[in-house]
Amino acid sequence: MTSFSTQLVNLFAAVLLLIAFAMLSQRRIVALINLFALQGLALVGSTVTVAYATGQHHLYYSAGITFALKVVVLPLILHRLIRKLNVKWDIETLINIPSMMLVGIVLVIFAFNLALPISEFSRSVSRGTLGIALACVLMSFLMMITRSKAVPQVIGFLSMENGLFFAATSATFGMPMVVELGIALDVLVGMVILGVFMFQIREQFDSLDISHLEKLKED
Amino acid sequence: MNLEGILAQLTAMVVALVLAPLLVGWVNQCRAWLQNRRAPPLTQQFRTLHKLFCKESVVAYDATALFRLTPYIVFGCMLLACMIIPTLSTNLPLAPAADAIALVGLFALARLFISLAAMDIGTAFGTMGARREMLVGFLAEPAFLMVLFTASLISNSTSLATIVGTLAHRELTILPSLAFAGVAFTMVSLAENARIPVDNPATHLELTMIHEALVLEYSGRHLALMEWAASLKLFAYSCAGLALFFPWGVAEANDRVALAFALPVLVAKLAAGGFALALIETILAKMRIFRVPEFLATAFLLGVLALLVHLLLGA
Amino acid sequence: MDPLLVLLATPLAGGFFLWALGERDSAPEVNCAFSFATFVAAAWITEEVVSGGPITGFQEQFFVDPLNVFLVSLTAFVAFTTSLFSRPYMRTERDKGRMTPGRLRLYHSMYQVFTFTMLLALTTNNLGILWVAMEAATLATVLLVSVYRTAASLEAAWKYFILCGVGIAQALFGTILLYFAAERVLGAEGNALLWTHLNMVKGQLEPAIMSLAFVFLLVGYGTKVGLVPLHNWLPDAHAEGPTPISAVLSGLLLNVALYSVIRCKVLADGALASRFASNMMMGFGLLSIVVAAFFLSRQRDIKRMFAYSSIEHMGFVTFAFGMGGPIANFAGLLHMTVHSLVKSAIFFAVGHAAQKAGTQVMEDIRGLLRVSPRVGWGLMIGTLAILGMPPFGVFASEFLILTTAMREHPWATPILLLALGVAFAAIFSRVQPMVFGESTLKPLPYQPALAPVFIHLGLGLLLGLYIPPYLAAWYQQAAKLLG
Repeated sequence: MTSFSTQLVNLFAAVLLLIAFAMLSQRRIVALINLFALQGLALVGSTVTVAYATGQHHLYYSAGITFALKVVVLPLILHRLIRKLNVKWDIETLINIPSMMLVGIVLVIFAFNLALPISEFSRSVSRGTLGIALACVLMSFLMMITRSKAVPQVIGFLSMENGLFFAATSATFGMPMVVELGIALDVLVGMVILGVFMFQIREQFDSLDISHLEKLKED
Repeated sequence: MNLEGILAQLTAMVVALVLAPLLVGWVNQCRAWLQNRRAPPLTQQFRTLHKLFCKESVVAYDATALFRLTPYIVFGCMLLACMIIPTLSTNLPLAPAADAIALVGLFALARLFISLAAMDIGTAFGTMGARREMLVGFLAEPAFLMVLFTASLISNSTSLATIVGTLAHRELTILPSLAFAGVAFTMVSLAENARIPVDNPATHLELTMIHEALVLEYSGRHLALMEWAASLKLFAYSCAGLALFFPWGVAEANDRVALAFALPVLVAKLAAGGFALALIETILAKMRIFRVPEFLATAFLLGVLALLVHLLLGA
Repeated sequence: MDPLLVLLATPLAGGFFLWALGERDSAPEVNCAFSFATFVAAAWITEEVVSGGPITGFQEQFFVDPLNVFLVSLTAFVAFTTSLFSRPYMRTERDKGRMTPGRLRLYHSMYQVFTFTMLLALTTNNLGILWVAMEAATLATVLLVSVYRTAASLEAAWKYFILCGVGIAQALFGTILLYFAAERVLGAEGNALLWTHLNMVKGQLEPAIMSLAFVFLLVGYGTKVGLVPLHNWLPDAHAEGPTPISAVLSGLLLNVALYSVIRCKVLADGALASRFASNMMMGFGLLSIVVAAFFLSRQRDIKRMFAYSSIEHMGFVTFAFGMGGPIANFAGLLHMTVHSLVKSAIFFAVGHAAQKAGTQVMEDIRGLLRVSPRVGWGLMIGTLAILGMPPFGVFASEFLILTTAMREHPWATPILLLALGVAFAAIFSRVQPMVFGESTLKPLPYQPALAPVFIHLGLGLLLGLYIPPYLAAWYQQAAKLLG
């Protein structure tokens, strides 16, 4: 295990974290999708690096799946979706981005502290990455909470899965193949269903604003 | 403190005084080329300074001593800043006196005086400019500090000479934290030096100007000092950036051969940096003043990220 | 032939077949036939496990032991009876124009796929596949919840998808951590997620990792169980989807999710050697019981009310498993069974009642006994049963849970009793005028399928009065597995 591969994985981890922050503050839907694809690419990079450094060949396959799914297929579906839904140039009004960033920083610190006691057991390439992965998950979570439009929420959902995948490659040498295939299938089907959903929602409400979906409440 | 050190320090000062207006001239030239205009000569800034020094200095009737004193203080601060940043050599007798945090303090001191002086006259523009300057400074300073802290953490010292020495002699490793810090530093420098996209240095006719509003009431030698201080500030930031992120070529103490090469290397690096600055200024549009906090918050975020990445990943 | 293969292949094939079959009038019958075949396969597997002990299959990827085989048979049984119920129910919906042929096709196909995912989740030995199956179960049902395409149903389905998706993502993180801990002991050869292997080495798993993993797993699968405060999707999804879906969600999916939690708890207990996992489950359980009980009285929609009742009962079961020990585990398993039977019976009766009234608002449903006495009695008896009246099975299991709580955690008993009292008052006061009293409701075009209601209630009664010895032995075995 060379230290250069550790550096590379660290670099990818840092890029993932940066993209997570960028997604949190990105207003344009198109740019959000591109960021998502970029995040997938960083993920592929780190997976390939880990595969190369540790000689775990099945990680190459999972990097391949990730590339196909998260860099090509899902962004394509999303691009098609926003074109068909005519929301390509939608801009979301995000209030108070700086304070959201601060919350994000707090989340990173929290995630790292949570992962600290267990990351020292990691035998994989780099230790701190588990905390970064958890931070990415939490920030996608934050993004889903703060967004009111359907498409950004879905992208948040998908990027949460990216964070989880990163956790899998950084803490261990990736999950068993059959599980990864199953997860990929679930994500793909989920995306298709969400696409169907968005059409249904728009048909019903004439908009993709999720704030319409707040009628069912306990009074 | 030996003779050689004093000599190095003096060289650094002279180099700063000479190169700073040249740097501004170079940036203006590059910008003109990129925008398909005829470029002013490289020495234009010297001619302007010379012209201003020859002119009579007119001071407003209500101006206090503070107004007259400020140009000298600001100029002094900037010159001192240029002298504690290792430009040519890390062997600087002044370096132990002031570390990275003191550098930020020097800039803050200059900012304080320049803002007070602008408000001293009581014109609308001056007050407005001072307010904006304080806003920018208030947001840029923490980001700048974060960048410096990251570099300090990597080299375990806040002394600029030590930081540069450590960074220049480490083996080649990928440091994402330093990359983030570099981006943050670039953003802070743009804001602090009143460049596009935060402020437009080429105009003093805009309602949203910041730097020009501050010096609007100055004339003659006062204005010359202010302009020279501004170019020194740009020079200081450029050198700090180059020293932190591209530290190769800065001479070690008592290394005369390296010292001989240091000046050409520095000039080359400054030329490249100046061209990059001109490029940025050509590509980007000036943003609305209300977006500036967001811009600087991003810089701050990047700085914090750099710090976190270094702490979390050790990279 | 491998019974396991038959069990899993039948519903999956059914899903594809019904999709291919399309919009035929016979689709409901085909649906019933496939569900029946699945039930037969489940009975077969049960027989094998009872006579021959646990079985594994497909390179240990699948595993059936006394704990999951009882859930397998329960799931297959309720899925079958629900398909019987859905026959006339869906025909009525079609005549009312709420279900188009295309939607019916989706419904029947997804019904089978949903059954498949639940059986897969129950029988798999691989905790990763368990996660995949749980997520797939959400995906299969989410379009069914929104099948009416009303504003409310779309909202319910979106919430269901997003909340369960986020929840289950936490469970995936937990699974990754679990794998992380296991891989250090078992190596990376793909066995490290097999529950049977994990169970053998659970004492060696790193406690620091396991405690964090269990928190994530509990929160993740707990979202699907509907534990407070992760329950927000549950009442909406139950109220806005078609009633057969409410019945299987409440009766089956919640059980399967809880099953995932207790499988993980067994591992966490083994690794931690402390009551950490148990205490967390007790806390979540108690909170669910209390919050759900107090929300019950504020409901106007009948399906929503019974959805909250499901949260309450799931809280009970979680609490019971949290307490642990042979009696509480036994009671928990019994409670899962009777709740599943009785709650689905109630949803059947509620479905018919709501169809008659053309509304789910309780104030507008009156005098069911006059119009159709059997629906009325079904609802009344079901309500009494779910409220824990003797001699029904719910009484027996709640009694056991309460006495265990009294002995081991006396402080919890008054809270439990209070919640039970509040729930009783809330539900009974609502159901009573619906069943008795004057009415203007019209009879339904199709003969309602009431056999499932009374079969379920009969079984619930039976389990309250007398548990057959082989069943008791079976429960005890399963309870012992849980430790």
